[in-house]
Amino acid sequence: MEAFALLVAATLNAGTVLAIAGLGLLINERAGIVNLGAEGMMLVAAIAGFATAVHTGNDWLAFAAGMGAGALLAAAFGGLVIWLNTNQYASGLALSLFGAGFSAFAGITYTQQKLGERAKFEIPGLADIPFIGPALFKHHPIVYLTVLGAIALAWFLYRSRGGLVLRAIGESPESAHALGYPVRRIRLAAVMAGGALCGLAGAYISVIYTPLWVEGMIAGKGWIALALTTFATWRPARVLLGAYLFGGVTMLQFHLQGEGVHIPSQWLSMLPYLATIVVLVLISRNATWIRVNMPASLGKPFFPGS
Amino acid sequence: MTDKRMFLKLGSLTAVALAAGLVGCGKKEEPAKPAATAAAPAAASAPAKPAPLKIAFAYVGPVGDGGWTFAHDNGRKAVEKEFGDKVVTSFVEKVPESADAERVFRDLAGQGNKLIFGTTFGYMEPMLKVAGDNAGIKFEHATGYKTAPNMRTYDSRTYEGAYMAGVIAGKMTKSNTLGVVGSIPIPEVIRNINSFTLGAQSVNPKIKTKVVWVNEWFNPPKETEAATALINGGADVLMQNTDSSAVLQTAEKMGKRAFGWDSDMTAYGPKAHLGSAIINWAPYYIKATKDALDGKWETGQSWWGVKEGAIDMVSMAADIPEDTKKKVDEIKAGLKAGTFHPWTGPIVGQDGKEVLAKDAKADDKFLGGIKFYVKGVEGKVPGDGK
Repeated sequence: MEAFALLVAATLNAGTVLAIAGLGLLINERAGIVNLGAEGMMLVAAIAGFATAVHTGNDWLAFAAGMGAGALLAAAFGGLVIWLNTNQYASGLALSLFGAGFSAFAGITYTQQKLGERAKFEIPGLADIPFIGPALFKHHPIVYLTVLGAIALAWFLYRSRGGLVLRAIGESPESAHALGYPVRRIRLAAVMAGGALCGLAGAYISVIYTPLWVEGMIAGKGWIALALTTFATWRPARVLLGAYLFGGVTMLQFHLQGEGVHIPSQWLSMLPYLATIVVLVLISRNATWIRVNMPASLGKPFFPGS
Repeated sequence: MTDKRMFLKLGSLTAVALAAGLVGCGKKEEPAKPAATAAAPAAASAPAKPAPLKIAFAYVGPVGDGGWTFAHDNGRKAVEKEFGDKVVTSFVEKVPESADAERVFRDLAGQGNKLIFGTTFGYMEPMLKVAGDNAGIKFEHATGYKTAPNMRTYDSRTYEGAYMAGVIAGKMTKSNTLGVVGSIPIPEVIRNINSFTLGAQSVNPKIKTKVVWVNEWFNPPKETEAATALINGGADVLMQNTDSSAVLQTAEKMGKRAFGWDSDMTAYGPKAHLGSAIINWAPYYIKATKDALDGKWETGQSWWGVKEGAIDMVSMAADIPEDTKKKVDEIKAGLKAGTFHPWTGPIVGQDGKEVLAKDAKADDKFLGGIKFYVKGVEGKVPGDGK
């Protein structure tokens, strides 16, 4: 039973990174912009956060630095795709490659550095409950903030005027433009918000999850977060659940190996990706699911004059 | 301005031409001593000295990985220090184990390097090909098994370090459960898992070892997750055969113990760190360079361990009991003297069958083909198929 509680705890931890990045990408995709640069933004944010943590010793400043770095890169990407109407997929891929190279370059002197002792967190009282305590109440505050963030985002998208405008722009930027909304500026804000959250996820990895810096350390989590938004049919709650599912599958395969379960470990390594494909196949069987939920202008350029 | 520069250029043209012979050209070249700058001294000293031996290294990772490649680059620096201006070394980092490697080796050969090191298993075939076309150049390949008249192999007995780590782990564990994060299930890594277990069993017969494979050499988040799974499964002392310090840091975070691997990793987890099983490539690199300088280089295979100063257990934690530290020192002394062999029978496989009879010592052929777990290791070797 205790092993199961620890598995739940590890799952929440692993899922949080994916959830933060996935929620961020959800925001800009809801506004009609696909940003394939998630991996690159997370890498640059990871080194920005790590360097800040090394110099200031303050994790929260490190998160802020990561968010800043992510938002900055996203702004550059946004300038290209929103105003110059460059191809979103190509620009996003370029951002990803740039981020990988730039973070490696900027991080050369940080590979041997280490952070101070990582603080332990637990919610007083609740953490002592058997089973539930170790599973749910001994996490970093970011883990809980992520859940709150998903709820807040759902409220914003479906219950607030701002969210309605954002979704309207994602569905039909031409109509929103005709109504007088500054489509390009709102899209830029959405892209930057997405970048900031990807940045937070990147900094969380290098400062809390795997407290070190080595180049390429995000190791594909940005791509999984991108897949998550489709997987979740662009719904915040489903992004959150999907993230925990992915985290759970990843952790489960290691736990099964540790228990000596006789499944070839190569198969277990494939599980998270197999799960993605299976879910994508399942949801695409029902075409309306995707069509109803996918922002209609996703990935398409918008020319306000036309 | 242009005229003046031109004049200066012409004036020092002789110097440049002579210096070029000394320094050569190439990326990231680090001459041991600055080349002559003035025309006169260069002209005077150039004929007196033979041209330095040009040595190149191809690395699979970045020199800043803190583990495998970092250790190799320390070896390169040791060569420079040892031979001064008799050698010029250079390196190319992050050379993938693919067709790109062949191009890099051809480049290095074309740049006039006379001794070329490739530091990962995957360079074997490309190196063999390039060696075939460059008879005058000596090639050195780490961890491979194919040789040529001008290509030889070298490796280090990492299992000796794993065994010493096991001795410490067996004494320090409270749960009698050890954990290993494995990279790729090749004989070298399986041998290290077994050696770690055998070392631990030599001081604590109740030892069980759990293994989690990540199927990569270098993926810190994955290594972290694997280490977490091992700790959740009851392991309280971890070892890794991967290239980053993530496992040690996870142990630090979760209040367990672990080891450094390849390089001294104390700084990454001061409280969790029990010791580092390090590889010191310097003795071999210095020997190889000396062989080439003296014209005594010939093909062959080297597998160096504690005896040659290539493997060591360093920075042992203060809370390890004195008698355990003494035992590790005895093992080191025994390995140096050749009186101790970690793989001395009786050794029993997982199925209870004896794989090495009593008092028999495993030879290198046996060690090179280990594809089974010894008794005490849990789970199955991936790809075993049974």
